[in-house]
Amino acid sequence: MASDALAIPNVGAAGKPWMETLHEWATTVDHKRLGILYIAYALIFLVIGGIEATIMRIQLIRPHNDFVSPQVFNRMFTMHGTTMIFFVAMPILFGFANYFVPLMIGARDMAFPRLNAFSFWLTAFGGFLLYFSFLGGSGLYGAGNAPDVGWWAYAPLTARAFSPGHSSDYWTVSVLVSGFGSIGTAINIIATVLSMRCPGMTLGRMPLFAWLGLVMSGLVLITLTPLSAAQIMLLVDRYLGGHFFDTQAGGSAAIWMHFFWIFGHPEVYVLIIPCFAFMSEIVPVFSRKPIFGYPVMVGATVCIGFVSMSVWAHHMFTIGMSSYSNAFFTITSMVVGVPTGIKIFNWLGTMWGGKLIFKTPMLFCIGFLFQFLIAGLTGIMLASAPFDWQLGGSYFVVAHFHYVILGGILFSLFAAFYYWYPKITGRMMSETLGKWHFWLFVIGFHLTFDVMHIPGLLGMPRRIYTYEPGRGWEVWNLIVTIGTFVQAVAILIFVANLILSYFQGEKAGNDPWDAWTLEWSTTSPPPVYNFAAIPTVASRRPLWDLKHPEDPDSLYE
Amino acid sequence: MPKPQPKTDWGVVTGRAAALLVFVCGILLAARLCAARQSLANPVPSIFEPHSTPADSVNHLSHFILYICGLIFVVVFSLLTYAIVKFRSRSQDSAQEPAQVYGSTQIELAWTVIPILIVVVLFLASARVIHGVQDAPQPANALQVTVVGHQFWWEYRYPSLGIVTANELHIPVSDPAHPTPTFLKLLSADTDHSYWVPQLAGKTDLIPNHPNEMWVDPHRTGIFLGQCAQYCGTQHAKMLLEVSVDSVEDFAAWAQKQKQAAIRDEKESAGERVFEANDCMNCHAVAGTAATGRFGPDLTHLMSRHTIAAGAAANTPENLRLWIQNPDAIKPGSLMPAMQLSDQDIDALVRYLQTLR
Repeated sequence: MASDALAIPNVGAAGKPWMETLHEWATTVDHKRLGILYIAYALIFLVIGGIEATIMRIQLIRPHNDFVSPQVFNRMFTMHGTTMIFFVAMPILFGFANYFVPLMIGARDMAFPRLNAFSFWLTAFGGFLLYFSFLGGSGLYGAGNAPDVGWWAYAPLTARAFSPGHSSDYWTVSVLVSGFGSIGTAINIIATVLSMRCPGMTLGRMPLFAWLGLVMSGLVLITLTPLSAAQIMLLVDRYLGGHFFDTQAGGSAAIWMHFFWIFGHPEVYVLIIPCFAFMSEIVPVFSRKPIFGYPVMVGATVCIGFVSMSVWAHHMFTIGMSSYSNAFFTITSMVVGVPTGIKIFNWLGTMWGGKLIFKTPMLFCIGFLFQFLIAGLTGIMLASAPFDWQLGGSYFVVAHFHYVILGGILFSLFAAFYYWYPKITGRMMSETLGKWHFWLFVIGFHLTFDVMHIPGLLGMPRRIYTYEPGRGWEVWNLIVTIGTFVQAVAILIFVANLILSYFQGEKAGNDPWDAWTLEWSTTSPPPVYNFAAIPTVASRRPLWDLKHPEDPDSLYE
Repeated sequence: MPKPQPKTDWGVVTGRAAALLVFVCGILLAARLCAARQSLANPVPSIFEPHSTPADSVNHLSHFILYICGLIFVVVFSLLTYAIVKFRSRSQDSAQEPAQVYGSTQIELAWTVIPILIVVVLFLASARVIHGVQDAPQPANALQVTVVGHQFWWEYRYPSLGIVTANELHIPVSDPAHPTPTFLKLLSADTDHSYWVPQLAGKTDLIPNHPNEMWVDPHRTGIFLGQCAQYCGTQHAKMLLEVSVDSVEDFAAWAQKQKQAAIRDEKESAGERVFEANDCMNCHAVAGTAATGRFGPDLTHLMSRHTIAAGAAANTPENLRLWIQNPDAIKPGSLMPAMQLSDQDIDALVRYLQTLR
């Protein structure tokens, strides 16, 4: 499997009429093209969700601001949350998994290529449906247009009495549709990992990327199901006279909360586990050492997967559960911190004694480590039920989960972009723009989200479109908004880097980072069939073995 | 082999480290300072300035957790920073790959067991406070108040005193030596709300068809602020909470006054007619008159409150007039309809409302 042996020219993309190209992309079942579609689609929604966040931050820049009406503000935070979770984070991570899982396990495609395409288009239509609500959502008095019930859509606010018109229906149906797409992709990844591995690749030799993809997909399969069920129940309530969540007729609002959060909390791990995977691939390469404690990393991930399914009610410490329930969910939520901590320590162990190379992907990984540490510690605070009685529902919790989602997930995603962009496009991203992107984003991120903890401690609840002066919140909100603009500039630099590098980037070659997993053994971009000959592996780092025949990993595993 | 790194990365790493440390310390310090600065007037509802047992026990616990988390942060932060500085690749390094280390059972066991011990300690500390706050028995001398959350205001009922009021809660101060706590029964008339006055207690949700309870025993008199902490609809932001903790005598005097029916002022009977001939009385109650609506706040002693519309505006004749004319000007999306009255009727109505003391 020497890399130059695989340099079979990719036949004829140039000179094709654009209709034919479009048709090819729309009907493709190639895992790489679907991966790119997922990622491109998610990036568009990332920009849209970012604009919504910016609108909210402008509104909150000073007390009693009237940049937008309360109705518009409420739509913005509903759409921002729904978009970022369902139409940015999940698709972009599925995109990377789609593209790289088959390449890393030495397969030619996913197990079910057509299910793969179907799942992508379901997710895509879910997103379009949500945004079509801006045009089609208006209904009776008070309905407005886009959904404005918050991304948890707590009952009974979604009942027709409080949410007339069709805006909530758009939310329900789009989440339902994209949920089916996610379940399809999850099944596909599980099947691919379990049955498509190349000869020699036992589960114990599989790259952590594939392992973590497997755990993440298992979580998706288990947790999206109750969410989909709840959406159907909500539709039954709204249109077929059901009373599941109809409190006026004896239904229970708390049941919706349970259904939603038994999805909602594992969802955090659905999002962060693939990011752990990025870290576990990128940190070793830029430390020039293998991952520290591979079996423990796998074990910790599986452990997180299981424990994360018993922590959901820590989102509900304030709804009046019994003291026993509160104590139970306190301990489970804290216990999740243990395997997560193990992961941080193992990345530290990987870096320890290595030769750290601070290219842009590694910079973002280091940002991840520090920020995820802080996010984990504020998570421990929120896991303590009494502390949560004060912090939950405030800006502290908003700062905490944005720390996880931006400081953790988005930083590792940026690392993944800079790391794998050469493989996907055949060209390097600009290091200069990359460093600008990194530093501006770090500054903007910390201005916004470090400071955002403070108004929460001072009693500022989330989801308010305006606030009273004189409560000590003004200056913090001003700083938070300034940070938002710095982040926006950094994101624009990133988008510019993505586009410019595609045309002007340095040619990457097969293996620009001197890395060790199978995707770097084929051409950049890989041919449709991925590998001219299916590789055979003998260790977790097949390319290390190839480059160091005198001292291969296979001797030690 | 990868290219050796230029020297500038040193500054990069230390700069970053310093910035992070400053930010985290800043978060904690700033919150403390802010809370301390304003201790007399209480306009900053900081969770670190408690004046009631439930908030106080959470405050103690939160400091304990903050110190432990701070310690973990300092240790891990130092290790990470050390690794980044110490193990960065240098230009004079040879092209040799570093020693390939695959793991270490002892070390991995250590960083599994130590966190488990920390978790056990934090859990036990938390469980103690959960039990102490949630399972506290209700003493016989406790004042009972029923709170009903509405879109977008608060209804308060004192069943033992026969008082109904809105938006501004009055409770007696509780002497720590002889506590007279107030127990709040939390109900909702429509969607979910949450009762959060940070200096008195953590928040508890008001959920329809799911009664909840919380208690406070304020140790000092004064006005404590908060607001609805669970998104409940368009005007979630203007569901402000105001708790007036009165001395025992002041509270008794207040209660005595609130028990009275409205005093009829014959001079303003024109305004009363406007009130009763229009939709006002369908939603609002004025004790002692024909108005018994419950959809909106009880207005029997409207003028004893210093705000209207759940804290959205000061209770002045001008604001009352504007509120009746066009509620959206004060609180867009509120469920109070614009009444479309003639100027003459509004003037009479506002004069009438001002007699409701």
